[in-house]
Amino acid sequence: MNPAKRPLDRVQSWWLLGATTVAFLPLVTDLPLWLVAGAAAGLGLRAWQIALRQPPLSRWVLSTAVAAGAVGIVAQYHTLFGQNPGVASLVLLLTLKQLESGARRDGTAIVLLCYFLVLTSLFYSQSIPQAVALLGAVVATTAALICLADSRLPPPRLLRLAGLMLAQAAPFLLILFVLFPRVSGPLWGLPRDAFSALSGLSDSMSPGSIGRLTLSDAIAFRARFGGALPPRDQLYWRGPVLTLFDGTTWRPATFTMGNRLPYAVQGDSLGYEVTLEPHNKPWLFALELPASLPANSLIASDYQLLAREAVTQRRRYEILSQPALRAGAFESRRVLALATTVPARSNPRTQELGRSWRTRHADNDAILREALAFFVGQELAYTLEPPLLGEDSVDEFLFDTRRGFCEHFAGAFVFAMRSAGVPARVVTGYQGGEINPVDGDLTVRQSDAHAWAEVWLEGRGWTRVDPTAASFPKRIEQNLAAAVPAGSPLPLLMRRELSWLRDLRFRWEAAGNHWNQWVLGYNPQRQRDLLARLGMRAPDWRSMTTTLAACGAVLVCGLTLWALNQRRRLDPGQALWLRLTRRLARRGLPPRRWEGPLAYAERIAAARPELSAAIREIAASYGQVRYGVAPAAEFERLRTRIAAFHP
Amino acid sequence: MLAPQPRQAIVQVLEEAGRIILGKEHQLRLAVACLLARGHLLIEDLPGVGKTTLAHTLARLLGLDFQRIQFTSDMLPADIIGVSVFDRATSGFEFHPGPIFAQMILADEVNRATPKTQSALLEAMEERQITAEGSTRLLPEPFFVIATQNPSHHIGTFPLPESQLDRFLMRIELGYPDRAAERALLAGADRREMAAALQPCLSGAELLAMQHAARAIHVAAPLIDYVQALVLHTRSSPLWQAGLSPRAALALVAAARAWALLDNRDHVLPEDVQAVLPGVAIHRLRPSGETSARMNATEVAARLIEAVAVP
Repeated sequence: MNPAKRPLDRVQSWWLLGATTVAFLPLVTDLPLWLVAGAAAGLGLRAWQIALRQPPLSRWVLSTAVAAGAVGIVAQYHTLFGQNPGVASLVLLLTLKQLESGARRDGTAIVLLCYFLVLTSLFYSQSIPQAVALLGAVVATTAALICLADSRLPPPRLLRLAGLMLAQAAPFLLILFVLFPRVSGPLWGLPRDAFSALSGLSDSMSPGSIGRLTLSDAIAFRARFGGALPPRDQLYWRGPVLTLFDGTTWRPATFTMGNRLPYAVQGDSLGYEVTLEPHNKPWLFALELPASLPANSLIASDYQLLAREAVTQRRRYEILSQPALRAGAFESRRVLALATTVPARSNPRTQELGRSWRTRHADNDAILREALAFFVGQELAYTLEPPLLGEDSVDEFLFDTRRGFCEHFAGAFVFAMRSAGVPARVVTGYQGGEINPVDGDLTVRQSDAHAWAEVWLEGRGWTRVDPTAASFPKRIEQNLAAAVPAGSPLPLLMRRELSWLRDLRFRWEAAGNHWNQWVLGYNPQRQRDLLARLGMRAPDWRSMTTTLAACGAVLVCGLTLWALNQRRRLDPGQALWLRLTRRLARRGLPPRRWEGPLAYAERIAAARPELSAAIREIAASYGQVRYGVAPAAEFERLRTRIAAFHP
Repeated sequence: MLAPQPRQAIVQVLEEAGRIILGKEHQLRLAVACLLARGHLLIEDLPGVGKTTLAHTLARLLGLDFQRIQFTSDMLPADIIGVSVFDRATSGFEFHPGPIFAQMILADEVNRATPKTQSALLEAMEERQITAEGSTRLLPEPFFVIATQNPSHHIGTFPLPESQLDRFLMRIELGYPDRAAERALLAGADRREMAAALQPCLSGAELLAMQHAARAIHVAAPLIDYVQALVLHTRSSPLWQAGLSPRAALALVAAARAWALLDNRDHVLPEDVQAVLPGVAIHRLRPSGETSARMNATEVAARLIEAVAVP
């Protein structure tokens, strides 16, 4: 019977089902619930089929299921194409393939689909746990493939064989990983819907928007400083600058962008390296104020750093900053005019307050001091759970509720300053960060998101003023947890009582960072650095391909030599016998592995009577050589007999 | 390898025995191999398939003095090994040897006796000597026990425990004769009479020499590898509760040597091991749950053989 059409036995079916389940598990959180439930039901049905030896489902049932699934996918994603619908279709078809499989070749198809399914999981996550889970899935799938070839092997041996095969592939993997010429960005273009779920600072600010973000423990970026860390109150990571205000929401003004710094830099700078998590927006973060531009980036005239494209992959850049730098002493009139605009009828009480400051002081510095004093005197409460605010949000915050988060503080402060005629704008970004004691990197999380104000002062330019810090210095000196009242809902990791958990998290994140830096972030630059360290100066793709080929060849030669060495360990008599059995195998009479020479000879003699005398002689002779008393004497006879044997 | 004359004798033994026990050449050969390997033989089968006739025939042909012990449930150890009786003339105890002091013993229906009596026989088999009333008496050489046993589900039997089964080098089954053999049997003369009329082909000394020759058959390193692989497989396979012991491995090699001698070869081939494996190994293995108890020794042995590659 054609081996491809031979029916699957139960052991093989169980293995295929197991491999499919293991390959499917990492995708569970990324697929719509109905599909997960459907696939689970399908796999359960398959288990029932195997356990009770039921026949495969009929074509009609399967066709109906395919149609229903396709309709569901279209209803979910409005298309059948693209990443998510594609993965969903793959899961659907793989499940149904399980239900119709009966022959060996169905098993092979399932194994191939499982390998493919494992690859698709990488669209959604490339973290260490994911890699471990996928490695498990690959081992299980390979074991199922081996089981298709020989289902009598016990499961531990199957798994060991699969692991061995993958381990043998590891050197090739390593060589390809290190030496295969890298291109910037992924090898394949990911569809546009791939990054829709990433979170981070947005380009607008309204009451509550940052507060919501700070409930997340997710990492925004990591920074590695060459030297000492600057003091905490200078760790202001500049993000979107918001100039326009419509009464409730702050938005950025459209400014010009350039690839050169719009201000002069003198003196010493602080150098560091940032690894930014993808957030699907173009902004990059740097300490105020950046003194250099990373590659492929721009700076706006409000000093915000921008990438040329949205950051959809982890991005690493080196940058210099000067915390003491001031810029914008000669700011254009248009910018200053925008920075003093307030909507006419919005927040009348605050506008009135601002005007009163202006009538009392001519000097902007004096107004600034007065305003800060007012903010402190108002006894505002710093809370992650501010009450809902109505139309005149600034008035309500300052005079009625007096409870708010940094965006309330910053927004109200800028509004008040503008009402007094002082140019001011809101800057959002991150403040502070946390040193990971394991690797010394500064980790900045979404919970460090912050908003502060920037005031333009005659002769000095834009000056940072943090009204939150003025009222709650602990927020800046320590962190959020120190500033909000006890019992507030905080991200789990910020709670002090869970220090062991934080310690564990630090270690885990340090491991994750290494993974990001060296596995996921192994880009052309890293590759060049590593190769330079290994002694390859200025590697171009030609020399890299040559090295790759050379390493591959060395590896293949090594393995071949090893294999040949294994063969050379054969007894010379055994080698002669092997030559004979190969010749007979080509005639359709291969030896069985448990067959002794005489038994094999009898079988050959029965199948080919004309060979019987010769083969019996040879077998007896081989028995002498291999198992006899004086093998050397018989060896030459065996050699000539086998040489003369032509089946 | 044997000199032509003993070789001729052993061929004659097998031929003559084959004329009386019809259609059982392989079992006869195994029985003779067992004898040459200085082992004891257990024949397990239904009553009336020729167990006793086989023992008789072999004893006659090999020129051994023969004793038959019919085991019963009321038998005592002294009924086998002998008893000391007071002699008035010498006013002392005199030992009257029991039936076990013979070169070939047929222990018929050994599973009818109580374990106490069984163990007396089995100890004698193992030690090849008897200790009674403080003095040790050697048993004759060669010493060969053929025990027969009814399948243990028969009523009123004490099946031999595994530790006792281990004392037998081989356990074989005779089985029903095939149609042609049975027809010849029915048409022919009485088998017991035919056996009684046989002339010995070998002397006791010749037999001892052959046993010696069997021990000198060459066992090459690859063959030891093969035996080890078989034994290791039984120890790791889920088919059996426990694998073969070193004693079983030794028995396998000894029996394979005797088998090679019967084939007139001076070295052991894997085929020899495979031929004796059903007789030597299977009664020492306890099947685990999944191995069906209904498989006979040959089928079980075939599974074992097919699982291990010949080196």
